[in-house]
Amino acid sequence: MVNLFAMFLLTLLIITAVAIVRTKDLFVAVMLTGIFSLLMSANFFILDAADVALTEAAIGAGITTVLLLGALALTAERERPVSAPRWLPLVVVAITAVVMIYATFDKPRLGDPLAPVHQHVAPWYLEMTPVLIGIPNVVTAILGSFRGYDTLGELIVIFTACIGVLFLLGVPRGEGHQPPGNGAAPPDVALSHHLIPRVVGRLIFPFIVLFGLYVQFHGEFGPGGGFQGGAIIAAGIVLYTLLEGENSSFSAVPRWTLVAMAAGGAILYGAVGIAGMVMGGNFLNYSVLSNDPVLGQQMGILIIEAGVGITVCGALLTIFHVINAREHC
Amino acid sequence: MYYVVSVAILVTMALALVRALLGPSVYDRVLAVNVFGTKTVLLLSVITFLYGRPDFLDLALAYALINFIGVLAVLKYFQNRSIRRAAEQKDKD
Amino acid sequence: MDFFDIISWILFTTGGAFVFIGGLGALRLPNFYTRLHAASLTDSIGTILIMTAIMFQAGWSLAAIKLITILGFLMLTSPTATYALANAALLSGMKPGKPEYDKEGY
Repeated sequence: MVNLFAMFLLTLLIITAVAIVRTKDLFVAVMLTGIFSLLMSANFFILDAADVALTEAAIGAGITTVLLLGALALTAERERPVSAPRWLPLVVVAITAVVMIYATFDKPRLGDPLAPVHQHVAPWYLEMTPVLIGIPNVVTAILGSFRGYDTLGELIVIFTACIGVLFLLGVPRGEGHQPPGNGAAPPDVALSHHLIPRVVGRLIFPFIVLFGLYVQFHGEFGPGGGFQGGAIIAAGIVLYTLLEGENSSFSAVPRWTLVAMAAGGAILYGAVGIAGMVMGGNFLNYSVLSNDPVLGQQMGILIIEAGVGITVCGALLTIFHVINAREHC
Repeated sequence: MYYVVSVAILVTMALALVRALLGPSVYDRVLAVNVFGTKTVLLLSVITFLYGRPDFLDLALAYALINFIGVLAVLKYFQNRSIRRAAEQKDKD
Repeated sequence: MDFFDIISWILFTTGGAFVFIGGLGALRLPNFYTRLHAASLTDSIGTILIMTAIMFQAGWSLAAIKLITILGFLMLTSPTATYALANAALLSGMKPGKPEYDKEGY
C-alpha cells in the first residue's frame, strides 16, 4: 500500500517537472520548484531515507525558494522566446536516456538481498558500528567516521561555492548595469510595515534556532547532523533578515562573523584530523583522541559535525546576503 | 486507519497541484504552494506513525517551522515588484 | 485501548473529510478570495483534528510532546501566511468579487 503512495507521489513529481519546463513565466517556475522540493522530500521519506529528507526539507523549503526569488527580482519575468526548434538537443537527450535505461537492466534489482552491496558492505557497517563507534544512527557513523575524508571534501566544496558566489556577485554593480525596467532600485524596507508577520516571525525565530541546535547535536541518535542543523539555523536568520531588513541583520550577525564561520568550520574539521595525527594515529583517526577508542570516535564525530554545521550556516548566509544586497544597491 | 487519512491528504495534494498549474493569477499559485506545504507536514506525521518510528517526527517539525519563510519571501517579492512597477509607470508618464 | 482507537477513527475520518473539502474548494471556487477561504480550512480545522487523532494513538510519550509542538507552530504560522497572502493580493489591487482581476500576469 505504501508503494502505491510512492508511485502516486512520483506521478505528481513528473507532472510538476514537465510543467516547470513548459511554462514561460519564471515566477510560476519558481513556485513549482517549491512544490517539487516538497514532493521530493516526501518521496525520500517514504523510501525510509530520513536524513536526506530532512536535508531536502531544511534547504529546499526555506533557502532555495528565497534565493530563487532574490535572483528573479534581478532579471526579467518571462523567459526569452526561443527562435529555432531544438531538434539536436532533443535527439541527444533521447539517445542518452535510452542507453542509460538499457544499462540499468544489468544491475541488481533495488533491495535485492543477493546483491554484492548487501552481502559484504552493508552487513559490515551494520555490525561494526555498535562495536567501534557506539552510536545508533549508522548514517552519521558512516558519514562522520568511516567515510570522514569524503565529508571533508564535501565541506570544502561548500566553502568553494561560497567564495565562488562572493567572487561573482560580491562586487558592487558597475556603471552601465541597471536593474531592468527603471533606474531606481527599490529601497530596503523589507517587511517592516507588515505588523502581523513581524510579530509571528519574531516569536518563532528563537524556536527555529533552538530546533537547529537540537537537530545538530541529536544527529547521532536520530535523523540530523551538521548539514541539516546548519541549514535550519541559516533559515532562521534568513527569516530575521526578511522581516527586519539588512541593516538589523548585519548588526546582529556581522559580515566578518559569516566569513569566519564559513572558513572556521572547515578549519575545525581539518584540525581534528591533524590532532589525530599529532596523537599518533592517521589523519582523521578519532580513536586516538581519548583513552577509550569508542569515546574518542564519539568525540571526534561531535566536533566535526559542529564544524560542518558552522560552515554550512556561514556559507548559506553569505550567499543569501550577497543576492539580497544586489537588489538594493 | 492511517491509510484513509493518507489517501485523503494525497488527493488534496493532487488538487492543490492542479490549482498551481491552472491558477490564472500568481496569488493562486502561491496559495497552492502554501496548501502543499501544510499537507506535507500532515502527511509526514501520519506516515511516521504508519511506519511505527516516532523518531521521524523531527522532519514534520522542521517543515512546520520553515514553510513560513517561503511565503514571506514571496510577500517581499510582490512588495518590491509593485514598487518597481509604480516607478515604471511614473517614468512612462 | 479500543476506546482510543474509536476516537482516533472518528477524528481521522472527519479530519480527512475537512482536508478533502478544503482541497476541492480550492480547485472549484470561482474567485481568488473564495479559494483562499477554502484552503485556510485545511490549515486550521483539518490539522487540529488529524493531529489530535495521532496524539490519541501515540499515548503519553515524547512523540506526543513533539506532536503538540508541531500543532502549536502550525496554528501560529499558517493563518499568518494566509493573512499575508490576502494582504498582498488586496494591496496590489485585486478586489473581492470582481472576476476581471482573475487573469494571467496579475
